[in-house]
Amino acid sequence: MKTPTELTKMEKAIVQDKTSFLQGKDHPWLSLTSFIIILCLWEMVSRLSWVPPLFLPAPSEILLEGWGMLKTGVIFNHVLASLSRILLGFSIACIAGVLIGILIGFFSIPEAIGNPLIAATFPIPKIAILPLLILWLGIGEPPKVAVIALGVFFPMVINVYTGVKNVDPLLIKAALSLGSNRTRVIKKVILPGILPMVFAGMKLGIGIALLLVVAAEMVAADAGIGFMILTAADLMQTKKLMVGLIILSLLGIFFNWLFQKMEKLFIPWKQ
Amino acid sequence: MRVRIDHISKYYTDRQGGQTEALQDIHFDIAENEFVVVVGPSGCGKSTLLNIIAGLLSASSGQVIFDGVANDSTPNTAVVFQEFALFPWRTVLKNIVYGLEEKGVNKTEQFVIAQKFIAMVGLQGFEQKYPHQLSGGMKQRVAIARALANDPLLLLMDEPFSALDAQTRLLMQYELSRIWEETQKSFLYITHNIQEAVFLGDRVVVLSRRPGRILDIVKIDLPRPRREDLITEERYLKYVDLIWGYIKDQAKETLKEIR
Repeated sequence: MKTPTELTKMEKAIVQDKTSFLQGKDHPWLSLTSFIIILCLWEMVSRLSWVPPLFLPAPSEILLEGWGMLKTGVIFNHVLASLSRILLGFSIACIAGVLIGILIGFFSIPEAIGNPLIAATFPIPKIAILPLLILWLGIGEPPKVAVIALGVFFPMVINVYTGVKNVDPLLIKAALSLGSNRTRVIKKVILPGILPMVFAGMKLGIGIALLLVVAAEMVAADAGIGFMILTAADLMQTKKLMVGLIILSLLGIFFNWLFQKMEKLFIPWKQ
Repeated sequence: MRVRIDHISKYYTDRQGGQTEALQDIHFDIAENEFVVVVGPSGCGKSTLLNIIAGLLSASSGQVIFDGVANDSTPNTAVVFQEFALFPWRTVLKNIVYGLEEKGVNKTEQFVIAQKFIAMVGLQGFEQKYPHQLSGGMKQRVAIARALANDPLLLLMDEPFSALDAQTRLLMQYELSRIWEETQKSFLYITHNIQEAVFLGDRVVVLSRRPGRILDIVKIDLPRPRREDLITEERYLKYVDLIWGYIKDQAKETLKEIR
Protein backbone atom coordinates (compact mmCIF):
# COMPACT_ATOMS: atom_id res chain seq x y z
CA MET A 1 0.00 0.00 0.00
CA LYS A 2 1.11 3.51 -0.86
CA THR A 3 0.63 6.33 1.62
CA PRO A 4 -1.46 9.36 0.57
CA THR A 5 1.62 11.54 0.07
CA GLU A 6 3.08 8.94 -2.26
CA LEU A 7 -0.16 8.91 -4.24
CA THR A 8 -0.19 12.69 -4.78
CA LYS A 9 3.42 12.54 -5.93
CA MET A 10 2.53 9.96 -8.55
CA GLU A 11 2.28 10.88 -12.20
CA LYS A 12 -1.21 10.93 -13.65
CA ALA A 13 -2.88 10.94 -17.05
CA ILE A 14 -6.30 12.37 -17.83
CA VAL A 15 -8.40 10.85 -20.59
CA GLN A 16 -9.00 13.23 -23.51
CA ASP A 17 -11.75 13.01 -26.11
CA LYS A 18 -9.91 11.70 -29.18
CA THR A 19 -12.75 12.60 -31.52
CA SER A 20 -12.93 16.30 -30.61
CA PHE A 21 -11.49 17.39 -33.98
CA LEU A 22 -14.27 15.48 -35.76
CA GLN A 23 -16.99 17.57 -34.19
CA GLY A 24 -17.19 20.31 -36.81
CA LYS A 25 -17.41 23.74 -35.23
CA ASP A 26 -19.56 26.51 -36.64
CA HIS A 27 -17.85 29.62 -37.92
CA PRO A 28 -20.87 31.80 -38.64
CA TRP A 29 -19.00 35.01 -39.48
CA LEU A 30 -15.89 33.58 -41.07
CA SER A 31 -17.50 32.88 -44.46
CA LEU A 32 -18.84 36.40 -44.86
CA THR A 33 -15.83 38.29 -43.49
CA SER A 34 -13.32 36.32 -45.56
CA PHE A 35 -15.42 37.01 -48.66
CA ILE A 36 -15.48 40.74 -47.90
CA ILE A 37 -11.76 40.83 -47.13
CA ILE A 38 -10.94 39.18 -50.46
CA LEU A 39 -13.14 41.72 -52.27
CA CYS A 40 -11.41 44.60 -50.46
CA LEU A 41 -7.97 43.24 -51.32
CA TRP A 42 -9.03 42.93 -54.95
CA GLU A 43 -10.36 46.50 -54.94
CA MET A 44 -7.08 47.72 -53.44
CA VAL A 45 -4.92 45.83 -55.94
CA SER A 46 -6.82 47.45 -58.83
CA ARG A 47 -7.12 50.93 -57.31
CA LEU A 48 -3.37 51.11 -56.60
CA SER A 49 -2.73 49.85 -60.15
CA TRP A 50 -0.58 46.95 -58.94
CA VAL A 51 -2.26 45.08 -61.77
CA PRO A 52 -3.40 47.05 -64.87
CA PRO A 53 -7.22 47.54 -64.75
CA LEU A 54 -7.36 46.13 -68.27
CA PHE A 55 -6.41 42.72 -66.83
CA LEU A 56 -8.16 43.01 -63.48
CA PRO A 57 -10.76 45.77 -63.12
CA ALA A 58 -11.85 46.69 -59.60
CA PRO A 59 -15.05 45.03 -58.26
CA SER A 60 -16.69 48.44 -57.91
CA GLU A 61 -16.00 49.18 -61.59
CA ILE A 62 -17.48 45.83 -62.61
CA LEU A 63 -20.61 46.53 -60.57
CA LEU A 64 -20.96 49.97 -62.18
CA GLU A 65 -20.60 48.41 -65.62
CA GLY A 66 -23.24 45.80 -64.71
CA TRP A 67 -25.57 48.51 -63.41
CA GLY A 68 -25.18 50.39 -66.68
CA MET A 69 -26.01 47.29 -68.68
CA LEU A 70 -29.04 46.70 -66.48
CA LYS A 71 -30.32 50.24 -67.08
CA THR A 72 -29.97 50.05 -70.86
CA GLY A 73 -31.48 46.56 -70.80
CA VAL A 74 -28.83 44.94 -73.04
CA ILE A 75 -28.09 42.46 -70.31
CA PHE A 76 -31.61 41.06 -70.40
CA ASN A 77 -31.25 40.20 -74.09
CA HIS A 78 -28.23 38.07 -73.38
CA VAL A 79 -29.56 36.45 -70.23
CA LEU A 80 -32.91 35.66 -71.84
CA ALA A 81 -31.26 34.18 -74.93
CA SER A 82 -29.08 31.91 -72.79
CA LEU A 83 -31.86 31.03 -70.34
CA SER A 84 -34.31 29.98 -73.04
CA ARG A 85 -31.66 27.69 -74.57
CA ILE A 86 -30.85 26.21 -71.17
CA LEU A 87 -34.48 25.67 -70.18
CA LEU A 88 -35.43 24.03 -73.46
CA GLY A 89 -32.39 21.75 -73.61
CA PHE A 90 -32.55 20.98 -69.90
CA SER A 91 -36.26 20.06 -69.98
CA ILE A 92 -35.88 17.80 -73.01
CA ALA A 93 -32.93 16.08 -71.33
CA CYS A 94 -34.73 15.62 -68.01
CA ILE A 95 -37.82 14.08 -69.57
CA ALA A 96 -35.84 11.84 -71.92
CA GLY A 97 -33.41 10.92 -69.15
CA VAL A 98 -36.14 9.89 -66.72
CA LEU A 99 -38.09 7.89 -69.34
CA ILE A 100 -35.08 6.07 -70.76
CA GLY A 101 -33.52 5.62 -67.32
CA ILE A 102 -36.65 3.86 -66.06
CA LEU A 103 -36.89 1.80 -69.24
CA ILE A 104 -33.33 0.46 -69.07
CA GLY A 105 -33.42 0.18 -65.29
CA PHE A 106 -36.62 -1.82 -65.05
CA PHE A 107 -36.83 -3.93 -68.22
CA SER A 108 -34.14 -6.38 -69.22
CA ILE A 109 -34.34 -6.04 -73.04
CA PRO A 110 -33.96 -2.22 -73.12
CA GLU A 111 -31.19 -2.62 -70.56
CA ALA A 112 -29.30 -5.05 -72.82
CA ILE A 113 -29.67 -2.67 -75.78
CA GLY A 114 -29.24 0.65 -74.00
CA ASN A 115 -26.37 0.02 -71.63
CA PRO A 116 -23.58 -0.46 -74.22
CA LEU A 117 -24.90 2.50 -76.24
CA ILE A 118 -24.72 4.77 -73.22
CA ALA A 119 -21.34 3.41 -72.17
CA ALA A 120 -19.99 4.16 -75.66
CA THR A 121 -21.41 7.67 -76.09
CA PHE A 122 -21.14 8.98 -72.53
CA PRO A 123 -17.35 9.56 -72.52
CA ILE A 124 -17.40 11.80 -75.65
CA PRO A 125 -17.04 15.44 -74.54
CA LYS A 126 -20.24 17.06 -75.72
CA ILE A 127 -18.41 20.14 -77.00
CA ALA A 128 -16.70 17.83 -79.50
CA ILE A 129 -20.11 16.88 -80.89
CA LEU A 130 -21.10 20.52 -81.41
CA PRO A 131 -19.51 20.84 -84.91
CA LEU A 132 -21.35 17.70 -85.99
CA LEU A 133 -24.62 19.05 -84.59
CA ILE A 134 -24.11 22.31 -86.50
CA LEU A 135 -23.48 20.28 -89.64
CA TRP A 136 -26.69 18.36 -89.09
CA LEU A 137 -28.98 21.04 -87.72
CA GLY A 138 -27.61 24.27 -89.23
CA ILE A 139 -26.35 27.34 -87.37
CA GLY A 140 -29.46 28.38 -85.48
CA GLU A 141 -30.94 27.53 -82.13
CA PRO A 142 -31.31 23.75 -82.71
CA PRO A 143 -27.63 22.74 -82.35
CA LYS A 144 -27.25 24.88 -79.21
CA VAL A 145 -30.32 23.36 -77.59
CA ALA A 146 -29.28 19.90 -78.75
CA VAL A 147 -25.79 20.11 -77.27
CA ILE A 148 -27.23 21.20 -73.90
CA ALA A 149 -29.82 18.43 -74.04
CA LEU A 150 -27.11 15.86 -74.80
CA GLY A 151 -24.90 17.11 -71.99
CA VAL A 152 -27.68 17.02 -69.38
CA PHE A 153 -29.16 13.75 -70.64
CA PHE A 154 -26.23 11.57 -69.57
CA PRO A 155 -25.98 12.45 -65.87
CA MET A 156 -29.77 12.27 -65.75
CA VAL A 157 -30.13 8.87 -67.40
CA ILE A 158 -27.29 7.37 -65.39
CA ASN A 159 -28.71 8.73 -62.13
CA VAL A 160 -32.20 7.48 -62.89
CA TYR A 161 -30.87 4.08 -63.93
CA THR A 162 -28.94 3.77 -60.67
CA GLY A 163 -32.00 5.02 -58.80
CA VAL A 164 -34.23 2.33 -60.30
CA LYS A 165 -31.66 -0.34 -59.49
CA ASN A 166 -31.53 0.88 -55.90
CA VAL A 167 -35.27 0.93 -55.24
CA ASP A 168 -35.77 -1.49 -52.36
CA PRO A 169 -36.94 -4.79 -53.94
CA LEU A 170 -38.97 -5.39 -50.80
CA LEU A 171 -41.14 -2.36 -51.61
CA ILE A 172 -41.77 -3.77 -55.09
CA LYS A 173 -42.73 -7.10 -53.49
CA ALA A 174 -45.04 -5.29 -51.06
CA ALA A 175 -46.73 -3.44 -53.93
CA LEU A 176 -47.15 -6.66 -55.92
CA SER A 177 -48.59 -8.49 -52.93
CA LEU A 178 -51.09 -5.65 -52.47
CA GLY A 179 -52.35 -6.06 -56.02
CA SER A 180 -50.22 -3.75 -58.20
CA ASN A 181 -49.25 -4.84 -61.70
CA ARG A 182 -46.01 -3.87 -63.43
CA THR A 183 -47.10 -0.49 -64.76
CA ARG A 184 -48.62 0.41 -61.39
CA VAL A 185 -45.35 -0.56 -59.71
CA ILE A 186 -43.50 1.88 -61.97
CA LYS A 187 -45.96 4.67 -61.21
CA LYS A 188 -46.38 4.10 -57.49
CA VAL A 189 -43.06 2.67 -56.36
CA ILE A 190 -40.31 3.32 -58.91
CA LEU A 191 -41.20 6.96 -59.69
CA PRO A 192 -41.36 8.23 -56.10
CA GLY A 193 -38.39 6.00 -55.25
CA ILE A 194 -36.10 7.62 -57.82
CA LEU A 195 -37.09 11.23 -57.08
CA PRO A 196 -34.03 11.95 -54.91
CA MET A 197 -31.78 10.66 -57.71
CA VAL A 198 -33.67 12.78 -60.27
CA PHE A 199 -32.90 15.89 -58.23
CA ALA A 200 -29.27 14.84 -57.88
CA GLY A 201 -29.20 14.49 -61.67
CA MET A 202 -30.75 17.93 -62.12
CA LYS A 203 -28.15 19.55 -59.87
CA LEU A 204 -25.33 17.91 -61.83
CA GLY A 205 -27.06 18.71 -65.10
CA ILE A 206 -27.53 22.42 -64.57
CA GLY A 207 -23.78 22.93 -64.14
CA ILE A 208 -23.19 21.13 -67.41
CA ALA A 209 -25.94 23.15 -69.10
CA LEU A 210 -24.26 26.43 -68.08
CA LEU A 211 -20.94 25.19 -69.38
CA LEU A 212 -22.37 24.06 -72.70
CA VAL A 213 -24.55 27.12 -73.35
CA VAL A 214 -21.48 29.35 -73.08
CA ALA A 215 -19.46 27.06 -75.33
CA ALA A 216 -22.24 26.87 -77.93
CA GLU A 217 -22.74 30.65 -77.93
CA MET A 218 -19.04 31.20 -78.47
CA VAL A 219 -19.16 29.24 -81.73
CA ALA A 220 -22.08 30.86 -83.49
CA ALA A 221 -24.57 33.24 -81.91
CA ASP A 222 -25.69 36.86 -81.93
CA ALA A 223 -26.94 36.96 -78.36
CA GLY A 224 -26.34 35.15 -75.08
CA ILE A 225 -23.92 35.31 -72.17
CA GLY A 226 -21.30 33.26 -74.01
CA PHE A 227 -21.54 35.59 -77.00
CA MET A 228 -21.30 38.61 -74.71
CA ILE A 229 -18.19 37.28 -72.98
CA LEU A 230 -16.48 36.43 -76.27
CA THR A 231 -17.16 39.81 -77.92
CA ALA A 232 -16.14 41.65 -74.75
CA ALA A 233 -12.85 39.77 -74.78
CA ASP A 234 -12.29 40.57 -78.47
CA LEU A 235 -12.79 44.26 -77.75
CA MET A 236 -10.69 44.16 -74.57
CA GLN A 237 -13.76 45.17 -72.48
CA THR A 238 -12.61 43.30 -69.41
CA LYS A 239 -15.31 44.84 -67.19
CA LYS A 240 -18.07 43.59 -69.45
CA LEU A 241 -16.44 40.17 -69.57
CA MET A 242 -16.38 40.06 -65.78
CA VAL A 243 -20.07 40.99 -65.64
CA GLY A 244 -20.75 37.92 -67.79
CA LEU A 245 -18.85 35.71 -65.36
CA ILE A 246 -20.78 37.13 -62.40
CA ILE A 247 -24.08 36.46 -64.17
CA LEU A 248 -23.03 32.85 -64.74
CA SER A 249 -22.14 32.48 -61.07
CA LEU A 250 -25.48 34.01 -60.02
CA LEU A 251 -27.39 31.72 -62.40
CA GLY A 252 -25.64 28.67 -60.94
CA ILE A 253 -26.45 29.76 -57.38
CA PHE A 254 -30.04 30.52 -58.33
CA PHE A 255 -30.67 27.13 -59.94
CA ASN A 256 -29.12 25.29 -56.99
CA TRP A 257 -31.34 27.22 -54.60
CA LEU A 258 -34.38 26.54 -56.80
CA PHE A 259 -33.71 22.79 -56.98
CA GLN A 260 -33.16 22.62 -53.25
CA LYS A 261 -36.55 24.29 -52.65
CA MET A 262 -38.25 21.97 -55.17
CA GLU A 263 -36.64 18.96 -53.51
CA LYS A 264 -38.08 19.98 -50.15
CA LEU A 265 -41.49 20.44 -51.76
CA PHE A 266 -41.56 17.21 -53.75
CA ILE A 267 -39.84 14.93 -51.25
CA PRO A 268 -41.58 15.77 -47.97
CA TRP A 269 -40.86 12.30 -46.56
CA LYS A 270 -37.13 13.07 -46.27
CA GLN A 271 -36.02 14.77 -43.07
CA MET B 1 -62.01 -21.55 -48.12
CA ARG B 2 -59.03 -23.74 -47.38
CA VAL B 3 -55.40 -23.32 -48.42
CA ARG B 4 -53.54 -26.46 -49.43
CA ILE B 5 -49.77 -26.36 -49.44
CA ASP B 6 -49.38 -29.31 -51.78
CA HIS B 7 -45.98 -31.06 -51.71
CA ILE B 8 -43.87 -27.94 -52.22
CA SER B 9 -40.16 -28.34 -52.93
CA LYS B 10 -37.64 -25.68 -53.84
CA TYR B 11 -34.16 -25.96 -55.32
CA TYR B 12 -31.77 -23.15 -56.01
CA THR B 13 -29.27 -23.61 -58.84
CA ASP B 14 -25.98 -21.83 -58.31
CA ARG B 15 -23.63 -20.56 -61.03
CA GLN B 16 -21.62 -23.78 -61.17
CA GLY B 17 -24.85 -25.63 -61.87
CA GLY B 18 -24.93 -27.20 -58.40
CA GLN B 19 -28.29 -27.50 -56.71
CA THR B 20 -29.13 -26.52 -53.16
CA GLU B 21 -32.31 -27.87 -51.73
CA ALA B 22 -34.18 -25.29 -49.65
CA LEU B 23 -37.53 -27.00 -49.07
CA GLN B 24 -38.39 -30.67 -49.26
CA ASP B 25 -41.93 -31.87 -49.81
CA ILE B 26 -43.81 -29.40 -47.60
CA HIS B 27 -47.39 -30.49 -47.27
CA PHE B 28 -50.05 -29.10 -44.95
CA ASP B 29 -53.40 -27.29 -44.99
CA ILE B 30 -54.55 -24.00 -43.52
CA ALA B 31 -58.22 -24.07 -42.60
CA GLU B 32 -60.53 -21.08 -42.67
CA ASN B 33 -59.96 -18.81 -39.63
CA GLU B 34 -56.97 -20.86 -38.57
CA PHE B 35 -53.77 -19.41 -37.14
CA VAL B 36 -50.91 -21.58 -38.39
CA VAL B 37 -47.36 -20.89 -37.27
CA VAL B 38 -44.29 -22.24 -39.07
CA VAL B 39 -41.28 -22.47 -36.78
CA GLY B 40 -37.79 -23.65 -37.59
CA PRO B 41 -34.09 -22.96 -37.11
CA SER B 42 -32.58 -20.08 -39.08
CA GLY B 43 -31.86 -20.92 -42.69
CA CYS B 44 -34.51 -23.64 -42.87
CA GLY B 45 -36.34 -22.04 -45.76
CA LYS B 46 -39.26 -20.58 -43.76
CA SER B 47 -39.22 -17.32 -45.65
CA THR B 48 -38.85 -19.16 -48.96
CA LEU B 49 -42.03 -21.04 -48.13
CA LEU B 50 -43.88 -17.85 -47.27
CA ASN B 51 -42.80 -16.18 -50.51
CA ILE B 52 -44.00 -19.18 -52.53
CA ILE B 53 -47.41 -19.09 -50.82
CA ALA B 54 -47.63 -15.31 -51.38
CA GLY B 55 -46.92 -15.73 -55.09
CA LEU B 56 -43.64 -13.84 -54.84
CA LEU B 57 -41.45 -16.85 -55.73
CA SER B 58 -42.02 -19.98 -57.81
CA ALA B 59 -41.75 -23.46 -56.35
CA SER B 60 -39.59 -26.10 -58.05
CA SER B 61 -42.39 -28.61 -57.62
CA GLY B 62 -45.74 -28.76 -55.93
CA GLN B 63 -48.36 -26.03 -55.78
CA VAL B 64 -50.38 -23.80 -53.49
CA ILE B 65 -54.13 -24.24 -53.92
CA PHE B 66 -56.92 -22.06 -52.56
CA ASP B 67 -60.03 -24.26 -52.38
CA GLY B 68 -63.32 -22.49 -52.86
CA VAL B 69 -61.85 -19.59 -54.85
CA ALA B 70 -62.89 -19.00 -58.48
CA ASN B 71 -60.73 -20.76 -61.07
CA ASP B 72 -57.98 -18.65 -62.68
CA SER B 73 -58.44 -15.80 -60.23
CA THR B 74 -55.50 -14.51 -58.18
CA PRO B 75 -56.19 -15.38 -54.56
CA ASN B 76 -56.00 -12.27 -52.44
CA THR B 77 -53.18 -12.58 -49.92
CA ALA B 78 -51.29 -9.92 -48.04
CA VAL B 79 -47.83 -10.04 -46.52
CA VAL B 80 -46.41 -8.40 -43.41
CA PHE B 81 -42.62 -8.33 -43.79
CA GLN B 82 -39.97 -8.37 -41.09
CA GLU B 83 -38.53 -5.07 -42.36
CA PHE B 84 -42.02 -3.44 -42.48
CA ALA B 85 -41.74 -2.52 -46.22
CA LEU B 86 -43.79 0.66 -45.78
CA PHE B 87 -43.71 3.13 -48.65
CA PRO B 88 -41.61 5.98 -47.22
CA TRP B 89 -43.31 8.56 -49.47
CA ARG B 90 -46.76 7.69 -48.19
CA THR B 91 -48.26 8.75 -44.90
CA VAL B 92 -49.68 6.16 -42.50
CA LEU B 93 -53.16 6.62 -43.97
CA LYS B 94 -51.90 6.46 -47.57
CA ASN B 95 -49.92 3.30 -46.81
CA ILE B 96 -52.99 1.62 -45.37
CA VAL B 97 -55.21 2.42 -48.38
CA TYR B 98 -52.63 1.22 -50.93
CA GLY B 99 -54.29 -2.10 -51.64
CA LEU B 100 -57.73 -0.45 -51.77
CA GLU B 101 -56.47 2.05 -54.36
CA GLU B 102 -55.28 -0.84 -56.50
CA LYS B 103 -58.68 -2.48 -56.24
CA GLY B 104 -60.40 0.72 -57.39
CA VAL B 105 -62.33 1.29 -54.17
CA ASN B 106 -63.66 4.85 -54.08
CA LYS B 107 -62.04 7.45 -51.83
CA THR B 108 -64.71 7.76 -49.17
CA GLU B 109 -64.93 4.00 -48.76
CA GLN B 110 -61.12 3.78 -48.63
CA PHE B 111 -61.18 6.25 -45.77
CA VAL B 112 -63.88 4.40 -43.85
CA ILE B 113 -62.06 1.07 -44.15
CA ALA B 114 -58.73 2.67 -43.23
CA GLN B 115 -60.27 4.26 -40.12
CA LYS B 116 -61.53 0.88 -38.94
CA PHE B 117 -58.09 -0.73 -39.11
CA ILE B 118 -56.32 2.35 -37.76
CA ALA B 119 -58.53 2.00 -34.70
CA MET B 120 -57.95 -1.76 -34.53
CA VAL B 121 -54.15 -1.44 -34.40
CA GLY B 122 -54.23 1.68 -32.23
CA LEU B 123 -52.80 4.26 -34.64
CA GLN B 124 -55.31 7.07 -34.10
CA GLY B 125 -53.60 10.45 -34.34
CA PHE B 126 -50.77 9.12 -36.50
CA GLU B 127 -52.66 9.10 -39.83
CA GLN B 128 -50.68 11.95 -41.38
CA LYS B 129 -47.22 10.88 -40.15
CA TYR B 130 -44.58 9.51 -42.49
CA PRO B 131 -43.01 6.12 -41.67
CA HIS B 132 -39.65 7.66 -40.71
CA GLN B 133 -41.43 9.52 -37.90
CA LEU B 134 -42.61 6.25 -36.29
CA SER B 135 -40.97 3.72 -33.98
CA GLY B 136 -40.47 0.13 -35.10
CA GLY B 137 -43.55 -1.12 -33.27
CA MET B 138 -45.68 1.63 -34.81
CA LYS B 139 -44.35 0.84 -38.28
CA GLN B 140 -45.31 -2.79 -37.90
CA ARG B 141 -48.80 -1.76 -36.77
CA VAL B 142 -49.13 0.22 -40.00
CA ALA B 143 -47.99 -2.81 -42.00
CA ILE B 144 -50.54 -5.04 -40.26
CA ALA B 145 -53.33 -2.51 -40.85
CA ARG B 146 -52.28 -2.17 -44.50
CA ALA B 147 -52.40 -5.94 -44.97
CA LEU B 148 -55.77 -6.32 -43.21
CA ALA B 149 -57.35 -3.39 -45.07
CA ASN B 150 -56.71 -5.33 -48.28
CA ASP B 151 -59.14 -7.96 -46.91
CA PRO B 152 -56.91 -10.96 -47.71
CA LEU B 153 -58.12 -14.57 -47.75
CA LEU B 154 -54.84 -15.42 -46.08
CA LEU B 155 -52.59 -13.07 -44.13
CA LEU B 156 -48.92 -14.03 -44.32
CA MET B 157 -46.47 -12.76 -41.72
CA ASP B 158 -42.73 -13.21 -42.15
CA GLU B 159 -41.07 -12.87 -38.72
CA PRO B 160 -42.92 -9.59 -38.29
CA PHE B 161 -41.63 -8.83 -34.80
CA SER B 162 -37.98 -9.89 -35.19
CA ALA B 163 -36.80 -6.35 -35.84
CA LEU B 164 -38.45 -5.08 -32.65
CA ASP B 165 -36.96 -4.91 -29.16
CA ALA B 166 -37.97 -7.63 -26.70
CA GLN B 167 -40.56 -5.59 -24.77
CA THR B 168 -42.29 -4.24 -27.87
CA ARG B 169 -42.24 -7.74 -29.30
CA LEU B 170 -44.18 -9.17 -26.36
CA LEU B 171 -46.76 -6.38 -26.50
CA MET B 172 -47.20 -6.87 -30.23
CA GLN B 173 -47.77 -10.60 -29.70
CA TYR B 174 -50.66 -9.89 -27.33
CA GLU B 175 -52.03 -7.31 -29.78
CA LEU B 176 -51.77 -9.67 -32.73
CA SER B 177 -53.55 -12.41 -30.84
CA ARG B 178 -56.38 -9.98 -30.11
CA ILE B 179 -56.46 -8.74 -33.72
CA TRP B 180 -56.71 -12.30 -35.03
CA GLU B 181 -59.59 -13.00 -32.66
CA GLU B 182 -61.31 -9.82 -33.89
CA THR B 183 -60.82 -10.42 -37.61
CA GLN B 184 -61.24 -14.20 -37.75
CA LYS B 185 -59.06 -14.65 -40.81
CA SER B 186 -56.60 -17.34 -41.84
CA PHE B 187 -53.11 -16.40 -40.69
CA LEU B 188 -49.80 -17.99 -41.61
CA TYR B 189 -47.09 -16.80 -39.30
CA ILE B 190 -43.38 -17.51 -39.73
CA THR B 191 -41.01 -17.28 -36.77
CA HIS B 192 -37.92 -18.80 -35.17
CA ASN B 193 -39.24 -17.94 -31.72
CA ILE B 194 -40.85 -21.00 -30.10
CA GLN B 195 -42.64 -19.16 -27.27
CA GLU B 196 -44.19 -16.84 -29.83
CA ALA B 197 -45.25 -19.80 -31.98
CA VAL B 198 -47.02 -21.56 -29.10
CA PHE B 199 -48.58 -18.36 -27.79
CA LEU B 200 -50.10 -17.41 -31.13
CA GLY B 201 -50.79 -20.60 -33.05
CA ASP B 202 -53.67 -23.03 -33.37
CA ARG B 203 -51.18 -25.35 -34.97
CA VAL B 204 -47.41 -25.14 -35.18
CA VAL B 205 -45.58 -26.61 -38.18
CA VAL B 206 -42.03 -27.51 -37.10
CA LEU B 207 -39.45 -27.42 -39.91
CA SER B 208 -36.02 -29.07 -39.90
CA ARG B 209 -32.80 -27.31 -40.80
CA ARG B 210 -31.93 -26.98 -44.50
CA PRO B 211 -33.35 -28.58 -46.52
CA GLY B 212 -36.54 -27.71 -44.66
CA ARG B 213 -38.89 -30.62 -44.15
CA ILE B 214 -41.79 -30.98 -41.75
CA LEU B 215 -40.67 -32.65 -38.51
CA ASP B 216 -44.05 -32.45 -36.82
CA ILE B 217 -47.28 -30.50 -36.81
CA VAL B 218 -48.23 -29.72 -33.22
CA LYS B 219 -51.82 -28.86 -32.40
CA ILE B 220 -51.83 -26.23 -29.65
CA ASP B 221 -54.80 -27.00 -27.45
CA LEU B 222 -54.87 -23.84 -25.35
CA PRO B 223 -57.95 -21.75 -24.63
CA ARG B 224 -58.75 -18.53 -26.50
CA PRO B 225 -58.54 -15.66 -25.96
CA ARG B 226 -54.92 -16.21 -25.02
CA ARG B 227 -54.06 -14.12 -22.00
CA GLU B 228 -50.71 -12.72 -20.97
CA ASP B 229 -50.45 -15.00 -17.93
CA LEU B 230 -50.66 -18.04 -20.20
CA ILE B 231 -46.89 -18.03 -20.59
CA THR B 232 -46.41 -19.13 -16.98
CA GLU B 233 -48.79 -22.09 -17.23
CA GLU B 234 -47.65 -25.71 -17.22
CA ARG B 235 -49.54 -26.74 -20.38
CA TYR B 236 -48.06 -23.82 -22.35
CA LEU B 237 -44.54 -24.68 -21.23
CA LYS B 238 -45.06 -28.33 -22.21
CA TYR B 239 -45.69 -27.31 -25.81
CA VAL B 240 -42.66 -25.04 -25.76
CA ASP B 241 -40.51 -27.90 -24.44
CA LEU B 242 -41.81 -30.31 -27.03
CA ILE B 243 -40.97 -27.99 -29.93
CA TRP B 244 -37.66 -26.92 -28.39
CA GLY B 245 -36.77 -30.62 -28.30
CA TYR B 246 -37.05 -30.84 -32.08
CA ILE B 247 -35.22 -27.60 -32.74
CA LYS B 248 -32.44 -28.41 -30.25
CA ASP B 249 -31.67 -31.69 -32.03
CA GLN B 250 -31.45 -29.79 -35.30
CA ALA B 251 -29.10 -27.21 -33.85
CA LYS B 252 -26.87 -29.93 -32.34
CA GLU B 253 -26.56 -31.64 -35.71
CA THR B 254 -25.56 -28.34 -37.30
CA LEU B 255 -22.88 -27.84 -34.65
CA LYS B 256 -21.51 -31.35 -35.27
CA GLU B 257 -21.21 -30.60 -38.97
CA ILE B 258 -19.29 -27.40 -38.31
CA ARG B 259 -16.77 -29.31 -36.22
